[in-house]
Amino acid sequence: MRFGIIRFPGSNCDQDCYHVLANVFGQPTHYVWHKDTSLGDADCIVIPGGFSYGDYLRTGAIARFSPAMKAVADHAKAGGLVIGICNGFQILCEAHLLPGALIRNRSLKFICEHVQLRVETTDSPFTNACKKGQILRIPIAHGEGCYFAEPAIIKQLQREDRILVRYVHNPNGSVDNIAGICNEGRNVFGLMPHPERASEKILGSEDGRLIFESILKSAVNV
Amino acid sequence: MKAKIIVMPKKTVLDPQGKTVKHALESMHFKGIKDVRIGKFMEIELEDGDRAALEKQIDEACHQLLSNPVIEDYTFEISR
Repeated sequence: MRFGIIRFPGSNCDQDCYHVLANVFGQPTHYVWHKDTSLGDADCIVIPGGFSYGDYLRTGAIARFSPAMKAVADHAKAGGLVIGICNGFQILCEAHLLPGALIRNRSLKFICEHVQLRVETTDSPFTNACKKGQILRIPIAHGEGCYFAEPAIIKQLQREDRILVRYVHNPNGSVDNIAGICNEGRNVFGLMPHPERASEKILGSEDGRLIFESILKSAVNV
Repeated sequence: MKAKIIVMPKKTVLDPQGKTVKHALESMHFKGIKDVRIGKFMEIELEDGDRAALEKQIDEACHQLLSNPVIEDYTFEISR
């Protein structure tokens, strides 16, 4: 599977994602600069973590208008896979590719720690290598990770089985303990935790591998 | 001309910053504080033009970029 990693000014997890996809999983991977209008031959787009455009105005608010994001929207509309991690999740919400928004953590603190995630459904290209109810140990690192959406949207996410991962112990005040959701077509996934920081034993956890293995597995199934 | 824009978190959205400031004011013995909410104030300098057209433009800017309608409300006024 061919991966494209979007780089904005201020992205800082782009190289971690590249390392995991190219070196750990051995997949053809390339960067896409935010000014590029083409995503190359990518099957799956990764929007990495960081502080795109310095988080000015709101997290992800400016990045959303970059040419590459227009291409990402077209890619998503055509059914292509998109995974947004941390700042990538925030950007996907601002771009309306996912519902809701991510606001300041309830504690007002930047939180950087390993958390436990529960896989709520395996019915997605991002969790199909997991077991339902499986607990993953993956780090978070964010100041604005509190997921918010109106109650009607939350009900819809629940009804449509679109909450892919929840926090076991809610670290940031997210509504319904939400850590990651997908879109209606189940091909766009946003999550606050960093699976790319938990994909090698030397880093203390390999649980993040399951997210990337799911993506690779979904390609085989197609 | 100048547009003055106020962006506030929606009533239904948690505002931990406002809550923290409220507690601080109370601990300083300011009395009768019922609630504090914290938002943003923006000023945009505009070339003179038709007021209705400018209002339409600023409204669009607020809706598309300057606020996020999922979590924020905005108001603005245009003055000389």
